[in-house]
Amino acid sequence: MHPAFSVVFFTTATGAGYGLLALLGLLGGLGFIPADFWLGLVGMALALGVIAAGLLSSTGHLGRPERAWRAFSQWRSSWLSREGVASVATFIPAGLFGIGWVLLGKSSGWVAAAGLLAAAGAVMTVCTTGMIYASLKPIAQWHSRYTLPAYLTFAAMTGSVLANALLQGFRQGSRAMLAWALLATLAGWGWKLATWRYNDRLEIPTTANTATGLSGGTVRSIEWPHTEENYLLKEMGFRIARKHSAKLRRITQALAFAVPAILLAIAFFLPWPLGAIASMFAAGAQFAGMLVERWLFFAEAKHTVTLYYGRE
Amino acid sequence: MTCLPVQTDKKLGLVIDLDTCVGCQACVTACKEWNTGGHMAPLTDIDPFGGHVDGVWFNRVHAYEHTTELGGRTVNFPRSCLHCEQPACVTVCPTGASYKRASDGIVLVDEDKCIGCKLCSWACPYGAREFDTDVGVMKKCTLCVDRIYNDNLAEDDRVPACVAACPTSARHFGDLGDPTSAISQLVEERGGVALMPELGYQPTNRYLPPRARSQRAAKVDAPALVPIKAEGGFLGWIDRMLSN
Repeated sequence: MHPAFSVVFFTTATGAGYGLLALLGLLGGLGFIPADFWLGLVGMALALGVIAAGLLSSTGHLGRPERAWRAFSQWRSSWLSREGVASVATFIPAGLFGIGWVLLGKSSGWVAAAGLLAAAGAVMTVCTTGMIYASLKPIAQWHSRYTLPAYLTFAAMTGSVLANALLQGFRQGSRAMLAWALLATLAGWGWKLATWRYNDRLEIPTTANTATGLSGGTVRSIEWPHTEENYLLKEMGFRIARKHSAKLRRITQALAFAVPAILLAIAFFLPWPLGAIASMFAAGAQFAGMLVERWLFFAEAKHTVTLYYGRE
Repeated sequence: MTCLPVQTDKKLGLVIDLDTCVGCQACVTACKEWNTGGHMAPLTDIDPFGGHVDGVWFNRVHAYEHTTELGGRTVNFPRSCLHCEQPACVTVCPTGASYKRASDGIVLVDEDKCIGCKLCSWACPYGAREFDTDVGVMKKCTLCVDRIYNDNLAEDDRVPACVAACPTSARHFGDLGDPTSAISQLVEERGGVALMPELGYQPTNRYLPPRARSQRAAKVDAPALVPIKAEGGFLGWIDRMLSN
C-alpha cells in the first residue's frame, strides 16, 4: 500500500494525542495528578493540538476535503465514519474537562466525570482507527488479530511516554509514571516484533489462481492492460525492497523502542532537570520512530489487486 | 445509506467467457467511449499524449499464461466490477456516496457525495474502483445503468456497452438471481466460477473457464508423402546427377 504521509502522520499523531488525553483525563479525573494551571494548560494543549493536527492532516488525503462533513453520516456501517464521529465527540468531554481542571482548578464532581468520559472517548476513537485497517480483507497484513491491539498499545505507549515527559518537565514526575512509560514501551516493542513475525510467516490463501478463476497449475501475467502505472498500481501496488524493509525495521526498533527505553531507564537515576530532559528526548525519539513504523505498516502491506499484475 | 440491502429483487451482472475472449480490447474502448459521457462522466485521462499516460477505466483486459500438466495456454482476462452481494466497498464508505441498489443489485457511486477518501478502493479486492485525480472522486463500472433501462435505445441495445461491443460474444448480461435466465443456465452448463470466493464478497459476475482441450489430434485423410523412386532412363540420370 502507498504510504501517504498525510495518513502516516494522522494515525501516529492522533494515537499519541488520544493516548495523552486518556491518561490526563483518567489520572486528573481520579485525582492522581493535582489540578495545576500551567501543567494542565500545556498538557491539554499538547494533547488536543496533536489530535487536531492529525485530523487536519487526514483531510489532506481527501479528493474533496470541503465535503468532509459528510463523513459523519454512515456510522452504522463504516469504521471511518465511526472514527470521525468518535474523534469529534471526544472533544466535548475533553473541552469540559479542560475548562474544569485547567481554568477552574477542580478535579472532582463533574470535572472528574468529564475527564473519565474524555478518556473513554479517546480509547474508542483509537479502536475505530484500528478497525478501519483491521476490517480490510484484501490486505492480509492488516486483516489480522494483531492490528487492533497494535493501535491501542501504541497509543497507550506514545501517550504514556509523552505524559511522563510532561510531568517530569513540571517536576511532577514519579517513579510509578516512569516505570509505566518504560513498561508500555517494552510492551509496544514486543507487540511489534510479534506482528512482524506473524506477517513474515503469513500464508495467504488468495492467489493468482483464485483471482482469475483458473484452477490448477500456475497463472503468470504476460501482459498488463496498460503500459504505464495506473491508479491501482500507484495506490495499492507500492513495493519496498527487502533490504530497505529490514533496515527500516531496525530504525523503528532503535528510535521507537530501544532509545526511549534506555533514556527512561536512565531517567530513574537522574536528578531534575536531567531526568526531565531525558524523558523529553525519549518522547521525541519515539514519535519519530513511530512515524517510520507507520510508514512501514503501509509499505509492507500487500493488496490482492497486485495479484492481477503478477506481483507476488 | 451504506448498509446493504438484505436482498435484491434482481442480481444483474455479467458472465465472461474466458474460452472465447480474444483480448481485442473492443469492450475496453466501448466502455470508455460510452461512460466518458455517461452516468459517471467524465472518465478523465491525465497527460493522454505524454510520457506518463494515466486515466480512469472501468474495464481492463489482462493476459495470462495458464500452465497445467496438460500444457500451457494464453487466457485473456477482462476485469471489471463484479457487483458483489457483500460489497465491502459500500459498507466502508463514510459518506453514503457508495450504495448497492435493492432493485437490481448494481453498485454505484453518487459523485456529489464522494469525498475522495479512497477507502472503498482499498476495500475492493478486485481493483474495480479507480480514483479520478482531476475531479477528486472515486469512479466505477455502472453496469451501464444509463443503457440497460434506456427507452431511447432499441431493445436489443439495452445491454452494457462492453457486451454490445464484444465481437466473439464472450460477454453476457442478465439476471444471475433468476436460475431460469439464459445467463444463469450458461453458468450452470459451463461451470462458471466466482473470483476470490474465499474472501466472502460473493461476487455476482461469473467467469466461464476455458473449455478442456481435446486430446485427439485432428484426423488427416491424405496419405503420408513417400519419396520419389529413382527411375532409370533420362529422368533417372538427371535425378542421380542432381542428387550428387
